[in-house]
Amino acid sequence: MEQLTWFGAPGAIFAWPFYIAAGLFFLAVAASLVGYFGNVAAAMAGADGAKAATAKISSLAASLAKWPGLVIAAIIVLYCVLSIFYGAQERGIAGNVFMRFGPVWITMIAIFAVSIALKKNLGLYGKLFQSPVGMIGFALVVFWVLTALFGAFDMIVTHDPLDQIARLKNDPPGSPLPSTEDGEYPWFLLGGDNLGRDVFTRMVSGAGVVITIAPLATFFGYIVGITLGLPAGYYGGRLDTILSFLANLILAFPVILLFYLLVTPEIVQTGIPVFMAAVFFIFPIVFITVLLNSRYKVLPHIRNPLLAVVLVLAFWLYLSTVSDTTRNPGTFLDFFPSGIDLFNIPGGVLVVFIAVVFVNSPTIFRIMRGLTLDVKNRDYVAAAQTRGETPWYIMLWEILPNVRGPLIVDFCLRIGYATILLGTLGFFGLGLPPESPDWGSTINAGRKLLSVYLHPAITPAMALLSLVLGLNLLADGLREQSLKD
Amino acid sequence: MALFFLRRFGVMVITAICLTFVVFFLTNLYPNLEKLAKTQGNFRMSEEEVRNWLEPRGYLQSTPKKYAEWLGVAPSMRTVTEDGRVLSRCVTPGVDPATVGDYCGLLQGYWGYSSVFKVPVGEQLWKWLGLTGYLMMWALIVTVPIALVIGILAGMREGSGTDRSLSTFSIVTSATPEYVSGVVLIAVFASSAVGLKWLKGSSAQAMENPTIDNFLLPVLTIALFNIGYIARMTRASMTEVMTQQYIRTARLKGVNFTNIVIKHALRNALIAPFTVIVLQIPYLLTGVVITETLFNYKGVGWGLVQAAGNNDIEMLLGVSVVSVVIVLLTQLISDIGYVFLNPRIRIS
Repeated sequence: MEQLTWFGAPGAIFAWPFYIAAGLFFLAVAASLVGYFGNVAAAMAGADGAKAATAKISSLAASLAKWPGLVIAAIIVLYCVLSIFYGAQERGIAGNVFMRFGPVWITMIAIFAVSIALKKNLGLYGKLFQSPVGMIGFALVVFWVLTALFGAFDMIVTHDPLDQIARLKNDPPGSPLPSTEDGEYPWFLLGGDNLGRDVFTRMVSGAGVVITIAPLATFFGYIVGITLGLPAGYYGGRLDTILSFLANLILAFPVILLFYLLVTPEIVQTGIPVFMAAVFFIFPIVFITVLLNSRYKVLPHIRNPLLAVVLVLAFWLYLSTVSDTTRNPGTFLDFFPSGIDLFNIPGGVLVVFIAVVFVNSPTIFRIMRGLTLDVKNRDYVAAAQTRGETPWYIMLWEILPNVRGPLIVDFCLRIGYATILLGTLGFFGLGLPPESPDWGSTINAGRKLLSVYLHPAITPAMALLSLVLGLNLLADGLREQSLKD
Repeated sequence: MALFFLRRFGVMVITAICLTFVVFFLTNLYPNLEKLAKTQGNFRMSEEEVRNWLEPRGYLQSTPKKYAEWLGVAPSMRTVTEDGRVLSRCVTPGVDPATVGDYCGLLQGYWGYSSVFKVPVGEQLWKWLGLTGYLMMWALIVTVPIALVIGILAGMREGSGTDRSLSTFSIVTSATPEYVSGVVLIAVFASSAVGLKWLKGSSAQAMENPTIDNFLLPVLTIALFNIGYIARMTRASMTEVMTQQYIRTARLKGVNFTNIVIKHALRNALIAPFTVIVLQIPYLLTGVVITETLFNYKGVGWGLVQAAGNNDIEMLLGVSVVSVVIVLLTQLISDIGYVFLNPRIRIS
C-alpha cells in the first residue's frame, strides 16, 4: 500500500472549480466587509450620499458571496458522493475518512428526515428545525454522539487506540502500515502520534470518553444544583444564606486551582474524591424520593410500593457506584460484596467526574435559586399554596416544570463547558490515565512536539472545538425558538 | 451605603479565611507531607524516618494549629536538634536563627520557603506576579475594545447581516478554549513544518524581552476566548437597550441613528459588560495558567503548575492566596462599580 494523498483522484477533478469558487467567496466577503466599514465611517462623518453608495456595495457583495458559497458546498457534497465509487487507494484521505463515518452519515440523514417531516408535532425539539443555527448545532452534536456510539461498537475506528506501531511514530496523515495482516486497515488515516498510535482511532475513541462523562457530569451537577437551589430560593432565610455562602466559597476558587487541589495523585490517595462521590451520589436518591413522595403523598397505596421499589434500585446503583473493593481496600467503601456489585468505575474516571460535578453545581445552584425567586410569587404558585399543597410539591411539580426553558438552554451550554473542563484536566495530565484517548490528554501529548508535528494535537483540538461549538449553537437555537413562544 | 461596603468587606474576609483554610488543609494532608519528607530527605525513608523528619519541623501538629502558625497568629514550633541546629518554619536556609522572631506568617509578611525553587516564596511570587500582570494587561488591552466594538455593532441592529456574522464569530471564539486556540495559533503562525512561520511558538524569552515575535501569540490566545464571551454579553445588553421606550422616543423625534447609538444607548448598554469584564478576570486566571504552560511563559500560572506538580506546599499556598485574593477583589470591585454605574441602585 502506498501513501495516500489528501483528496485523491476525485479531488483532482474538483481542484480548479474549488479554487475559483473559494477565491470568489473570499473576495465577496472582503468586499462586503470593506463596504460595511465604509458605511459606518460615512455614517460617522454624516455623509449621506457616501453612506448610501457604500451600503449598496456592501449588500450587493454580501448577496454575491452566497453563490460561490453554494458552489463550495455543492463541490464538497459531490466529492463525498463520488468518492464512494473509487477504490480505497484512489479515494484519498478525506474520502476514506468520509467512508469510515458511513454509519454516522446514514443515521444522521434518517434522524433529520424523520425530525423535519414530523417537526410540527415535536414541540420545542421540532421548532429547532426552523432555525438554521439550531440545525447546524444539532447536526454537530448528533454527529459526535453517533460517533461515540458507533465507535463503542468498533465500527468507525480503524485500529486499536492503544496499539503502537513504532515505524509510524509521528508519521504524516495517510501513511501506510509497514506490513498488513488480513483484515487490518492498511493506513493511519490521520497519521501516527508520538508513540506510533493511530490519531484517527484515538480521536474517535476519545469522543466516547467525552460524550459519556460530560453530559452525565452535567446532569449530576444539575441534580445537586436543583435539589439545593429550589429550597434556597423558595424558603429563603437562613438556609439560603448558608447555602449561598457555600456556593460563593466554591465559586471563588479559580477552577484550575481546585483541580490541582482535588485531582493530584496524593489527594486521590487519601480518598477525599471518593468520599465526595459518596456524598454527591446521594443527591439523585434524595431528589427522586422527594419527587415521588410529594406527588403521591395522598395516595399511600401507590406511593409505598413505588417508593420501596425505586429506593431499593437506587441504593443498589448507589452502592455499586461508590463501593469498589479493588480501589479502596480497608476503607469503609469496600463493603459491598463483589457478587452483587454491578460495575466498578475506573478510579481516574470517577475522580474527573466528581471534579466536574463539583465545579458546576454551585453555578447551577445559583441559576436555580434565581429562577425560583423570580417565579415563586406567580399566581399558579399562590393557587397551589391555597390548595394546601406541600412546599416540595410546589417546588418540584409547579416551579421546576415552569422554569424548564432557561434550564434546558443552560444545560446545553453547560455540557460544552464540562467538555472544556474535561479537556483542561486532560491538558494538565490530571485524573485520567496518560494513555486515555480523551481529547484533552491527546492534546497534551501532542503539544510537546507541536511545532514540528501538527496532526496529533490539531485533530483532537478540532474535534473538541466542533463539539463545543455545536452545543453552543444548539443552545442558541433553542433559546431563540423558546423565546418565540 | 457605608454599611453595605462594610458588610461586603466583612464577608470577603471570612470567605478568604475559609478558602485559605481549605487550601491549607488539602495541601497539608499526610500523603503530601510524606512526599515532602521524601523529596527533602531521601526517597528510601521508612515510615518511621518520615515521621522523625516531619515531627521536629512541626508538620505533625493539628491542622488548625499549623494554620494559625502559617497565618502568623500563633508562635511557630521550634525544635533544637542535638547538634544545635534550630528547626522551624521561620528559619530559612542562610538566616541566623537568633534573629528570627517567634511569629512568622502571612501577617508578618513571611510567605514561607519554596522547597523546589529554593527561594523565599514571597520574593518569587512578586516576580511572577509582575510577569503575569503584564501578560494579563496586554490581554485585556486587546480584548476589551475589540469585544465591546463587536458587541455594540452586533447588538445595535438585531437580526441584521452584521449581527449574524459577528455573532457567529463570537460564538466560535467563545467555544474555543485556550488549549485549542493556542494549538491552532501555533500551527498557523509558528509551526516550523507548515504554516506562515511568522512568530515563535514559545515565550521563554518574553520574560526579559517581550517582542511581537514571542509575546503576541500568548496574548491572542488569552484574548480570543474572552473576546467571544464579552462580545456576546455586550450584544445581549445592547439589544435589550435598543428595544427600550426611550430609544423609540429618540427615533420618533428624528435623532439620527448614529447619535441614538452613541448618546442614548451606549452608556446604558455598558453597565452589564462592565460587571462581566471585571468578573471575567478570575476566568482569565485559568486561561493564563493554560497559556503560560503552553507557551512556557514563567508567570504565576506556570508557577502553579510547577508547585502543584512538585509538591511545593508553601509555594502552592502562596499562589492560592494570591488567586483567591484576586477573585474576591474583582467581586468586590464589580459590586461597587455596579452600584456607582447604575443610577437606579445609586439613588435608592
